[in-house]
Amino acid sequence: MTAPRQAKRTIEIECLRYNPETDGAPRHQAYQVPFDDDMSVLEGLQYIKDHIDGSLTFRWSCRMAICGSCGMMVNGEPVLSCHIFLRDYYPKKISVAPLEHFPIMRDLVIDQSDFLNKLDAVKPYLIPKHETPLAAGTNVQTPRQMEEYYQYSECINCLLCYAACPQYGLDPEFTGPAALALLHRYNADSRDQGFAARSDVVNAEHGVWGCTLVGYCSEVCPKNVDPAHAINQNKVTSTLDYFGLRKLLAPKGSSL
Amino acid sequence: MSRFKPAAHTYTRTTTGWWRKNPYFTRYMAREGSAVFLSMYALVLLAGLNSLSRGEASYNAWRASLATPLAIVFHIVALAAITYHSITWFQVMPKTAPRLPFNAKMLTAGGLAAAAGCSAIILGALLWATR
Repeated sequence: MTAPRQAKRTIEIECLRYNPETDGAPRHQAYQVPFDDDMSVLEGLQYIKDHIDGSLTFRWSCRMAICGSCGMMVNGEPVLSCHIFLRDYYPKKISVAPLEHFPIMRDLVIDQSDFLNKLDAVKPYLIPKHETPLAAGTNVQTPRQMEEYYQYSECINCLLCYAACPQYGLDPEFTGPAALALLHRYNADSRDQGFAARSDVVNAEHGVWGCTLVGYCSEVCPKNVDPAHAINQNKVTSTLDYFGLRKLLAPKGSSL
Repeated sequence: MSRFKPAAHTYTRTTTGWWRKNPYFTRYMAREGSAVFLSMYALVLLAGLNSLSRGEASYNAWRASLATPLAIVFHIVALAAITYHSITWFQVMPKTAPRLPFNAKMLTAGGLAAAAGCSAIILGALLWATR
């Protein structure tokens, strides 16, 4: 037997629209969307696209908070639109806008190129001291060594943290939360020896020192990566590195 | 060289009034702004130290200036601001610490307890010294 379902209700979804070919500036457009208790905001947008206005443009893929494609501002907060329900906003209307601080390409789609270049810059891959042949076998690691970085490796590049970071909004040169958290993910890995290769990015004015610990990035992160923690640990590392004390004073067991 | 080129036609929004857009940002600005009162109070104490080095008359004049209603209002506001600053400062402290083998909330609670304890000891010492 299935539980009795709530009768269909209707919620107003107001979207920020922008067509680069015809619009000088974004405009708002409201839609009336019938919804069930189990419909996410993303499904509300899909309803609009399928039944009301096929021109509404937005990114999505997995619809289960894994791919990180459907990040947008819902009522001013950066969220994965697949990760929240319409019922939680009803009977108030909801306003949906593209992720804050990024240039708008079209409707709810932002231009990610700036982030992708920053991700490139932090060298987000293992840099071992020596290349080892495959025959040498697996690169073993203790559970404690894995614990050092695992949380930071959970990042899905959804960019909610950039939309939550006023410092990135004010100064787009700032390397930003996700890229710095991923930088820390590799620096903190016992198999990695790439600290020196990444130190220019960390130590720069636009590296960890661009962060003023607003802390909202860690609040909105859907994967509990805690970028604010990753960045601020590296302020200590960066200072020790500056005074040449990093190897001497870095916590035992870490590869920092 | 940057591998990824920005799109040709985009719209960039302004950040005007960003700290009013989200209550989280407003609290952040209050946290940072409350530090101003901390420095102002430090300057008041520094002025007192300076007047002490200039002799009794100067020191008494400084003490008299503290008894004015304006100075009393300032000290009440500064106390409130500094209390808020201390609480929020210890709240963000775990973010600046290395990975801890215990719950990060204990660091906040411990810091607040230490701050309250130190304040109580100083207050007690002052009351004892001026009894």
